[in-house]
Amino acid sequence: MKLHQLSLFLENRPGQLRAPCAALGKAGVDILTASLADTAQFGILRLIVKDWQRAKQVLEAAGVVVNVTEVVPIEVDDRPGGLAAALAAIEDAGIGVEYMYAFAAGPMPGKAAIVFRFEDPDRALAAVKERGLRVVDAEELLGKKSM
Amino acid sequence: MSSWNDPPGGFHPASVPDYLPRGRLAEIQLQRLQAVVTRAHGRVEIFRRRMEERGLTPAHVRGLEDLARLPFTVKADLRDTYPFGLFASPMEDIVRLHASSGTTGKPIVVAYTKADLDVWTEVMVRTFAACGLHRGDVIQNAYGYGLFTGGLGAHYGAEALGATVIPISGGNTERQLMVMQDFGVTALCCTPSYFLHLLERAREMKIDFSRLRAGVFGAEPWSEAMRQRIQAESGIKAYDIYGLSEIIGPGVGIECAHQTGLHLFEDHFYPEIVDPTSGEVLPEGAEGELVLTTLSKQAMPMIRYRTRDVTALFAEPCACGRTMRRMRRIGRRADDMFIIRGVNVFPSQVETALLQVEGTLPHYQIVLTREKGLDRMEVKVEVTREVFSDKIRALESLHRKLEDALEHVLGLRVQVTLVEPRSLARSEGKAKRLTDLRNV
Repeated sequence: MKLHQLSLFLENRPGQLRAPCAALGKAGVDILTASLADTAQFGILRLIVKDWQRAKQVLEAAGVVVNVTEVVPIEVDDRPGGLAAALAAIEDAGIGVEYMYAFAAGPMPGKAAIVFRFEDPDRALAAVKERGLRVVDAEELLGKKSM
Repeated sequence: MSSWNDPPGGFHPASVPDYLPRGRLAEIQLQRLQAVVTRAHGRVEIFRRRMEERGLTPAHVRGLEDLARLPFTVKADLRDTYPFGLFASPMEDIVRLHASSGTTGKPIVVAYTKADLDVWTEVMVRTFAACGLHRGDVIQNAYGYGLFTGGLGAHYGAEALGATVIPISGGNTERQLMVMQDFGVTALCCTPSYFLHLLERAREMKIDFSRLRAGVFGAEPWSEAMRQRIQAESGIKAYDIYGLSEIIGPGVGIECAHQTGLHLFEDHFYPEIVDPTSGEVLPEGAEGELVLTTLSKQAMPMIRYRTRDVTALFAEPCACGRTMRRMRRIGRRADDMFIIRGVNVFPSQVETALLQVEGTLPHYQIVLTREKGLDRMEVKVEVTREVFSDKIRALESLHRKLEDALEHVLGLRVQVTLVEPRSLARSEGKAKRLTDLRNV
């Protein structure tokens, strides 16, 4: 249910984003979705890839610092208020969201997938399921062809 | 009288002087001091002139305490008399020359007679023996062979010890690692920063060096923190070796298995600690500049040579049984110090701050710049797997903690920049910790 997300440390300079992406491309690793967080000094590139173990190996061999965290992909309705409903479930359970970003393409028509980073992913999983929200199956997401 | 790590069957016979009773040692020291002062006075013009200016003759050296009356020798003396002006032997008695890489202008040249080389080999045997090495060990010598004293000095010592020597010299990391693995290397000689570089590559190349048990690391200052990191990450025992070409090369001092300071081979190299500014001799235990006198050197005697290395001496007996006095490991050189906005800073202080925050010592570099007449100090710190987080907040907090810790240690606000791993220059030799772009 949980996905393995790779986070990469990057200096905030032109060209820094390309090298790790090119390394993954060369190794034939599919990037399913990506999100970049940055400050004036540095950035963190977060990636969901098809084969995270191999991607980690490729990146580390290229000299990149990689951190692996578990994130939860939650399915929300692709309509006004869809995301708010999911957030209500999380908030009501008293769970903090560290950060979130959209999955590039939703798992099925009319749905979107949002990737959440929680302090406590297991408790979050239980809370959203209790509200009848669907946590996207990892197989389902990773099975999709990337964009 | 052997230490717990000495080989079965006792220590190498060359190590006998390590355990001389202090009284007997003092007799030998005085006798040798009088001889070397007489030799330098008779044969080295600059030294004789300085003695005369003070109204001194070799006869004034009646006790070891009289050494403090003699003039200092400084590095500039070697440059000013380049190439052979400090030699006390005729060229036909000199069997080897070494030279340092002068960063500016001419190098400094040092010379050895056959007897000098024998002393050098002897102190290097005693050095390796103190590290628990013996016949049967396979020693990979990655110090540079050539004009630098490190390579050949360690080489002949290791051979005389009876170990198997691999004279691989410096550089070519992949080959170093292949040899280390394939030849069953048990001990390695190189700079500590180069060993860290080797470790990093070994991990990536999945090299097995489980037979390696000792590293004889020197030729640059390194901290206790760095030692702890090396020992924890590699599982080997990391020994600090001390030496300098002007005195003999490697083999002036070495740690024993207890790693509580470096024993100085003071039957050949007499140590004093002086105030770096006034030149006054400081009492035992006080921190100051190490001054060395070569007691047995023929070709190029050094009387009261100012090493610029900052340390302290202590005479308490060591648990290993050696009677040679110990000096605190050298964390800094009087020359390494830089002044920024009126504050004296040593790179070792920066290490202390980084270590406090991260728990291990990351690769770092200090960059000094001057903008609009104002000095700026920046510390670039490589982000390691251990401290990297996927959360911006955590990295910003690390960044702030580093700046705070540096301010606390230095009394100065400096800019910290987190940089990608392996983006700072890795030396194959000495670590380049400081880049001064101030044009002062």
